[in-house]
Amino acid sequence: MISKLRSIVLGLALLAPSVFLLGAFTVWPVLQTIINSFFRRNAATRGQPVWDGLGNFTRLFEDDQFIKVLGNTLLLVLITVPISLVLAFLIAVLLNQKIRGIGWLRSGIFYPTVLPMVSAATIWLLLYNVDFGLINSVFRDLGGSPRNFLGTSTLVLPAICVMLIWKQTGFLMVFYLAGLQGLPTDVMEAARLDGAGRLQTLRHVSLPLLRGTTVFITTIAVTGAFQTVDQLYVMTQGGPNNASNLLLFNIYETNFRFQDTGSAYAQTTILLALLLIFTIINAVVSDRRSHDAT
Amino acid sequence: MMQPRSRDKTFGTALLLVIALVWSVPLLWAIALSLRPPGAPIAIGSSWWGGGLSLASFARALSAAPFETYYRNTLIVVAGILIIQLVTVTLAGFVFARVKFPGRELLFILFLMQLLVPTAALIIPNYSTIRSMGLYDTLPAIMMPFWASAFGTFLLRQTFRTVPLDYEDAARIDGATWWQTLWHVYLPPARPALTAFAVTSISSHWNDFLWPLVVTSSVSTRTITVGLASFTQMGESGAEWGLLMAGTLLVVWPLLVLFIVFQKQFVASFVSSGLK
Amino acid sequence: MHHVTRRQLLTGLSAALVLAACAPAPTAAPTASAAKPTTTPVAAAATEIELYFPVAVGGPIAKIMDGYMERFNAVNPGIKAKAVFAGGYPDVLTKIQTTVQGGGKPPAVAVLLSTDLFTLLDADLIENLDPYLQKAGDAYVNDFFPAFMLNSKDDKGKVWGIPFQRSTPVMYYNKAQFKEVGLDPNNPPKNWTELADAAKKLTKPNGERWGLQIPSDGFPYWIFQAWPISLGKNVVGTEANKVFLNTAESTESLEYFVKLIKTDKVHPEGIIPWATTPDAFVAGKASMIIHTTGSLTNILGKFPNPADVGVAFIPGKNGFGAPTGGGNLYIFKGAPQDQKDAAWKLIQFLSQPEMAAEWSRDTGYIASRKSSYDTDLMKKLIAEKPQYGIARDQLQFAQKELTSHQGAEVQKIYGNAIQAAIEGKKAPKQALDEAQVTADKLLSQFK
Repeated sequence: MISKLRSIVLGLALLAPSVFLLGAFTVWPVLQTIINSFFRRNAATRGQPVWDGLGNFTRLFEDDQFIKVLGNTLLLVLITVPISLVLAFLIAVLLNQKIRGIGWLRSGIFYPTVLPMVSAATIWLLLYNVDFGLINSVFRDLGGSPRNFLGTSTLVLPAICVMLIWKQTGFLMVFYLAGLQGLPTDVMEAARLDGAGRLQTLRHVSLPLLRGTTVFITTIAVTGAFQTVDQLYVMTQGGPNNASNLLLFNIYETNFRFQDTGSAYAQTTILLALLLIFTIINAVVSDRRSHDAT
Repeated sequence: MMQPRSRDKTFGTALLLVIALVWSVPLLWAIALSLRPPGAPIAIGSSWWGGGLSLASFARALSAAPFETYYRNTLIVVAGILIIQLVTVTLAGFVFARVKFPGRELLFILFLMQLLVPTAALIIPNYSTIRSMGLYDTLPAIMMPFWASAFGTFLLRQTFRTVPLDYEDAARIDGATWWQTLWHVYLPPARPALTAFAVTSISSHWNDFLWPLVVTSSVSTRTITVGLASFTQMGESGAEWGLLMAGTLLVVWPLLVLFIVFQKQFVASFVSSGLK
Repeated sequence: MHHVTRRQLLTGLSAALVLAACAPAPTAAPTASAAKPTTTPVAAAATEIELYFPVAVGGPIAKIMDGYMERFNAVNPGIKAKAVFAGGYPDVLTKIQTTVQGGGKPPAVAVLLSTDLFTLLDADLIENLDPYLQKAGDAYVNDFFPAFMLNSKDDKGKVWGIPFQRSTPVMYYNKAQFKEVGLDPNNPPKNWTELADAAKKLTKPNGERWGLQIPSDGFPYWIFQAWPISLGKNVVGTEANKVFLNTAESTESLEYFVKLIKTDKVHPEGIIPWATTPDAFVAGKASMIIHTTGSLTNILGKFPNPADVGVAFIPGKNGFGAPTGGGNLYIFKGAPQDQKDAAWKLIQFLSQPEMAAEWSRDTGYIASRKSSYDTDLMKKLIAEKPQYGIARDQLQFAQKELTSHQGAEVQKIYGNAIQAAIEGKKAPKQALDEAQVTADKLLSQFK
């Protein structure tokens, strides 16, 4: 064994680059965010920080538009995550068989993962267009009247959700697929011999065995959904009337377009808090589930 | 038993085919639009067929925006992030796997924090840090926040732990230094993990948008996604859709081609990187 | 701020894209246009200045601008001016702010939104231009269209920006469709009643064709401002910390807009995208649209028969009105004096009547000076395509674009209220009253 002193020196030396970088771009920014959210800092203060206690937060929570943004963000998470998960599982089950051309089918569903979100959004911007978009041209051919998807406040968030589901399902599906292929064959065989149907086997055997995978991809999907921003920049700019605005885009807009740095910091603090709350919930739930399973 | 099963299978395959087709429509339509002759705007004629095929939109997209600069910047950024990540991640993974010292677990929490707090959420403070470092509107500014990766560190730590301790002891008895041990004993079996990490790193940073948008302002430091977004603003004029789709496909093709060629490995690497 | 960029980009780039296909950037330097005497003795070393210019991509506009710089340098041997293309308007602004806050030197001169004035003043970035204007003489400043100068002045009447790439919304109408339904193609609607009547005649059922289409995404306040202005009460005055969003005039305008959609059903429901409105017009799906003058080149280029494209003043209730838009030239405080002086020379060079005319022809912006329209170039253009003269003529009714402290945020507040009413989420009065409260609260920080 290496001597104790040597391992301390070696360990610290090898960790130094990572620790320095994490300190500078993760730990320090988090502290900076929390501290700065107590200061008012905008054009009126000429860019200088002025102590304001909880002022930023009170103003935010009194602002209907910000409440709307928060609601949209939570709604997007609650809609896209379960649907994507179920779809991903379903597709994984269907893909988990040996048929000719399965590789092409898999690619056809997985490929949105490798498209930059900005590119995907550009395509969907045109797909949804009220006058000339493909979706509306199909609607018209079927005898319906065109829908102004991105210009109607009740339709715009669902439209963004559909696009997000399309974009991420393939990615999530792959984890289920890997999980399914890793399932112990003897268990599956036993279930079949017991006379369980395909669906029953899936529900009572595969799904519980894939619990770990589910927890993992829920985390990915939820953190991803909280960070939804690129497609808003391209498709809606958060409109109409903030109907599709989400927290991270609002932070960007507040800081870089309205120069209200204080409020942007407070909103970042709220975003961090939401992520933390979710992590705790996820940890508790997955912990309880694993107890249930045993 | 047999018949319902095969009927199930046919039904399943048909369903799969439908889903895959629906999923592919956006890309196929984008290709169709990009190949429309410039004289046949979308406003006139069918959604799919513009009465002919033409590469004119691609030619115009290439001349309307400095795609060479965008590609070059993106390549530099992606490579610059990956190379440094590979070093930091290997070193840190090695320490957490095999170098024990007091306080190590405390430092481990630091890494955990990055997993909880995605870098994208920290644009405001990181932007201020970059500015105070005098790096605003430079390529290193785009890369720096990603040079350390908790995800990569954990991945490597798991992999290194599977290497039997005997190997290390044997190497040490032969008089190998720590870096010789790392290089000859630990890295060879970690190659799949490193590849997997590289694939996720490349595809996620090729796609980065908000951060490069925020810390750069010149055409000369713009990455391909930011370049495309400014293209979409230009497309606001309307029927330059062919041009817009050509621009989109110019952004998309490198990764898409890589994906199609290395489809199996691509999917596999996403899985192995994620599950550990 | 960014939503304005889309319009600005559109104004310039849509035109430029069309140009890219057909016209090469001007290279020949007409020496007559460089007639401004340069009395400064040639310094040993040339003063180098940078013009930050908002172009998102290195396209045709960038080439035109580079050409202008070469011509300026040729007649000003003591100065070396260079254009720096720094992205969209917000990018240029951010870049300058960042440089100055980091202790660096700003560029000598930049083109930024005319509505950025108070943001620039609040950040103490720009140089007052009155001393320069005094030297240049009244003839110079009075030659700019007065409507364009409104956004150049602060609440005390001091001048901080020189109009450069400026625009205004106008109404486009399809003359062939006017004939088809028995309307006089040479007598477009002149007031709200005529507008609604014409739109009713032009509208076909089931969304096959709309009588009127007014874009309302991104920056809905801009076109909408035309109506309160036509009623004699703009939403902004001279003060930088007051806006008038819920006046009787503003409310009546919004009620009229909602009536066109909900009662008359001559305008599509929902928020209409800015981007595809010209397409809808070109494709014959909308008979009348209101859009920026900057789309004219684009529309004429795509319209089946360009002679059928009518351009008219925006009909108000009983008269006309329109806001201005676009970018001004600003000189930056932090630059050394010799650079500021050189920058002023560049501004004078770029705002010569001949240059303004050329810029208008090449980009679709309105030439910023009255005398530009006396140049042969402009006379010829308007003789060939009379549509190009309408925006200029409409300027007599034009007023200031909505601006204030926290201008971008106030613009969004007003825009949100307009969108809420269009969609029927709120009654116009309620939406505007709420917007006024929010804006007042925001502006109360600025005394």
